[in-house]
Amino acid sequence: MNLYTYASPANFYHLAGKLIPWFAWSAGLLTIWGLYISFFLAPTDFQQSEAYRIIFIHVPAAWMSMFIYLVMAFWGAIGLAFNTRLSFMMARALAPTGALFTFIALWTGALWGKPMWGAWWVWDARLTSELILLFLYVGIIALWAAIDDVRRGDRAGSLLTLIGAINVPIIYFSVKWWNTLHQGASISLTKAPSMAAIMLQGMLVMAIAAWLYTIAVALVRVRRIILERERHTDWVKAILEAK
Amino acid sequence: MHRFLLAVLRRDLTLAARRRGDWMIAQFFFVMVASLFPLGIGPEPEMLARIGPGVLWVAATLASLLSLSRLFADDHHDGSLEHMVLSPEPTVLLVLGKSIAHWLIYGIPVLLIAPVLGIQFNLSWEAIWILEISLLLGTPILSLLGSVGAALTLGLRGGGVLLTLLILPLYVPALIFGAGAVDGVMTGTGAEAHLSLLGAFMLLSLMISPWIAAAALRVSLE
Repeated sequence: MNLYTYASPANFYHLAGKLIPWFAWSAGLLTIWGLYISFFLAPTDFQQSEAYRIIFIHVPAAWMSMFIYLVMAFWGAIGLAFNTRLSFMMARALAPTGALFTFIALWTGALWGKPMWGAWWVWDARLTSELILLFLYVGIIALWAAIDDVRRGDRAGSLLTLIGAINVPIIYFSVKWWNTLHQGASISLTKAPSMAAIMLQGMLVMAIAAWLYTIAVALVRVRRIILERERHTDWVKAILEAK
Repeated sequence: MHRFLLAVLRRDLTLAARRRGDWMIAQFFFVMVASLFPLGIGPEPEMLARIGPGVLWVAATLASLLSLSRLFADDHHDGSLEHMVLSPEPTVLLVLGKSIAHWLIYGIPVLLIAPVLGIQFNLSWEAIWILEISLLLGTPILSLLGSVGAALTLGLRGGGVLLTLLILPLYVPALIFGAGAVDGVMTGTGAEAHLSLLGAFMLLSLMISPWIAAAALRVSLE
């Protein structure tokens, strides 16, 4: 079987349709399992008591927010290099989920910060760079929204994603350094000295669930994008008439 | 090759010299934004010295954005940009030349005005000196990265506001290192490390931005 056949939107549309239930169901089951671990199996933390349990949402969301950005940059680079239409569609399909996870990470971080640090928001290095990551997502989505021409929009968005991807490590380290200069070591997120194995397990299960969820939603979204863009073709007309 | 670069530079500088009002707006914007902060926060000299470096850097950043939205727009409007991109000369050099011209028109006046504003903010002479060096190293970053944003938003509805949204997050390292250098000299931790990193970031932008901006320009003109 030649994998390249799935670079064609028509073939990929049907493949994605078959794959979505698998990813969606496994994401749902893993979420239930992960939540069970985090609420019932994981022990109460001796320092943070029950409040630490938000870590099971917060950390996977933060991981996904950064990972999705890299995947978007990857698809953008592939699209620019090989001129494949589907790559740009994948990049577009991923962006809203990435922004969503960034927002969830910030929000849960604020909820976690209130009982732990006594403040909804501190200018911690991670919080700040996560906020800037959200700005990057918003910028890319806004650029796509502003350009009506599909071809130009795809390429412009991918270029912006790429220059952002080069910048993200620099931003992270600059913010980290800025933070240590200004704040001293009064607050540190890098605790979790010895995490119980069951806590780590819960976090990993939730992370995999978030990952599978991302794939499922991105596939649903990319199917819509394919239909919208290929609406002039016969196979899309056939599908739409059949419905 | 360098003759093309010089030609682009000379053309943009001549155009700027003939339309002085255009680029003076950005400079007055810089002065006004910086002057609004003492009015909003209060005239205590210690506090002004404390926030001065950051305020001046933020104001310089915003002023650069104001002028950047015009970087390609005028040439795009009268069609000359397309001819320059279609010419056999490399687009990268065109973008680089325009970025350098933008820095000469916008960055140099900022460098000249900044010490005066520094005095207003009660900065010491040493801090003003470091502020000058940090702006000298940092303002080219604003022109270089900004050229990417200007190329991406060329000819779009509300391009100016969109440009701000796209480019401001990318300016963060320049802002942190630039204002941090002045802070460092005021708090006694030294400015060398910040300035070195700022210089490194400037070189990195110089190596990468013209290429991405050139690609973006070709995408926008398709």
